[in-house]
Amino acid sequence: MEKFTKIEGVAAPMPLVNVDTDMIIPKQYLKTIKRTGLGVSLFDEMRYDTDGNEIPDFVLNKPAYRDAKILVAGDNFGCGSSREHAPWALLDFGIRVVISTSFADIFFNNCFKNGILPIVLPQEDVDKLMDDAQRGSNAVLTVDLESQTITGPDGGEIRFDVDPFKKECLLNGLDDIGLTLKNEAAIGTFESKYQAAVPWS
Amino acid sequence: MSAPKTLYDKIWDAHLVHEEDDGTSLLYIDRHLVHEVTSPQAFEGLRMAGRKVRAPEKTVAVPDHNVPTSLDRAKGIEDEMSRIQVDALEKNAKDFGITYYGVDDVRQGIVHIIGPELGWTLPGMTIVCGDSHTATHGAFGALAHGIGTSEVEHVLATQTLIQKKSKNMKVEVRGTLPVGVTAKDITLSVIGRTGTAGGNGHVIEYMGEAIRNLSMEGRMTVCNMAIEGGARAGLIAPDQKTFDYVNGRPHAPKGGNWEMALEYWKTLFTDEGAHFDKEIILEAADIAPVVTWGTSPEDVLPITGVVPSPDDFTGGKVEAARRSLDYMGLTPGTRLQDVEIDTVFIGSCTNGRIEDLREVAKIMEGKRVKDGLRAMIVPGSGLVRAQAEEEGIAQKLIEAGFDWRMAGCSMCLGMNPDQLAPGERCASTSNRNFEGRQGRGGRTHLLSPAMAAAAAITGRLTDVRDL
Repeated sequence: MEKFTKIEGVAAPMPLVNVDTDMIIPKQYLKTIKRTGLGVSLFDEMRYDTDGNEIPDFVLNKPAYRDAKILVAGDNFGCGSSREHAPWALLDFGIRVVISTSFADIFFNNCFKNGILPIVLPQEDVDKLMDDAQRGSNAVLTVDLESQTITGPDGGEIRFDVDPFKKECLLNGLDDIGLTLKNEAAIGTFESKYQAAVPWS
Repeated sequence: MSAPKTLYDKIWDAHLVHEEDDGTSLLYIDRHLVHEVTSPQAFEGLRMAGRKVRAPEKTVAVPDHNVPTSLDRAKGIEDEMSRIQVDALEKNAKDFGITYYGVDDVRQGIVHIIGPELGWTLPGMTIVCGDSHTATHGAFGALAHGIGTSEVEHVLATQTLIQKKSKNMKVEVRGTLPVGVTAKDITLSVIGRTGTAGGNGHVIEYMGEAIRNLSMEGRMTVCNMAIEGGARAGLIAPDQKTFDYVNGRPHAPKGGNWEMALEYWKTLFTDEGAHFDKEIILEAADIAPVVTWGTSPEDVLPITGVVPSPDDFTGGKVEAARRSLDYMGLTPGTRLQDVEIDTVFIGSCTNGRIEDLREVAKIMEGKRVKDGLRAMIVPGSGLVRAQAEEEGIAQKLIEAGFDWRMAGCSMCLGMNPDQLAPGERCASTSNRNFEGRQGRGGRTHLLSPAMAAAAAITGRLTDVRDL
């Protein structure tokens, strides 16, 4: 996994609430057996018409936001399915940070596994960042994971919370499986005890 | 004496392998269900790292999302990408020594239908699958949640999951359900009340007389949609109904193990005085047959209602409602019962079980699908299909005008050829009415199997109580 330390980039505003994983990456793109190449299909049905032409009004089609690295989103972003194709598509497009008042749990977890930082902030902070994001290519935010701060275009700073373990994994690009296998002995011990107590499992 | 625990607390504690000071925990997994869409990258990851599946005997694989449901599907999958995914699953299962139910196996079906059906799903277990509707298995008092592909790989390699404990949420449904109101109406009504984010960060335990009175099939329908309320898992404490359902299933414990299991399972309930972080109470008498009008499962109204106006909402929901109404092609103030439909879809992990088909057959008794309407029934598994045929239900439904298909996820998400055309309006027993879910531009109204049957008869959204 790619490390995440500090990201500086344009923030795109997407105020719609309840953006679901079907919107982020529709089903027809789930047939891939790879993790990469999904960026071009990100937000497919909002981004392209049925002939495959770009819809100019869609935020990521606007010149200012085509290289956005940050998304400022409405409440409950990423609700719906468990498809990790959603963060894969965001990442492949170049989005490394999503900011909202709330996220669906599975999507939230999936982001961390792929070097994307989902940030939960109170409504007033999201509103402010949404305003900043509306400024187009001037909407440059800096997200620093180490210090847990977002710096806006006017120099204002917003602090955010992040789970210490997840932060550590992101900062160092750590592989979860490798970490867990450090506890392999504990798994083995648990397994034999458990298997004796619950032999039908 | 230890502090009173919720059912979730008990299952969690029984599977805790390791806990860090900050609460990051390693949870042991009893069952890992695998399907073709969210697993290929995980198996590829194992191969690249030279890892094995730690517990292949606890892992079960079945293709369901991509499979065609046409009667002639034995001839193979036409869509090349779908075929590659299904073939990859078969190969992965074989290479890693995992039980696999292929398309030509009568036991094939939607992963959340076959788990319980074959006795892989048992009370007190931890069950995961790369699919958000894994919550279904909570109906057995199992802690079951959806995971992403990275976590699928993690569970394959370690038989554990890194988790932080969720909060406890109680949803109590008091009293008895009125006639014509079903499990689907309960679960949709709960989401209508809490919103799709109401359960975020929580595990829901459903309780109360109306939940107790549900069959196992009904309980599965309720837990299935816990995720639509934002909760990762839904739970219902096991009782005699649960034990009777499980007893004798192919992978259920037998003999001495059965007795031992039963003794343990009877301890799986929330202790008196246990703490819930959030509580919702519904009176069953207040629940009506419901339908969705918008593009979020929280957009729920009684069938007797009218299409709302964006002005009925506040905050970000105003714009969302405007967008939904535009997508759905609906005008505020229209009676829901006047909304005409083109298609009826009966099936999915929410409502593709035998009881659902029996319910549809009961409503269809002496009636026919309206002329010109496309009406399809996709049984949740080959075994459900076979049972419906044995009971004579299938024949009745075919005679009533339904298209009787092979098992799979089908039009619930349209990864196979079963899709809606742009603008096509569908009364669907599935779980999501998101934009484009059943096909780009397709318009989905979620409802119960009974309500879907009623809609099939009249060609519009219909109050089943009027038939």
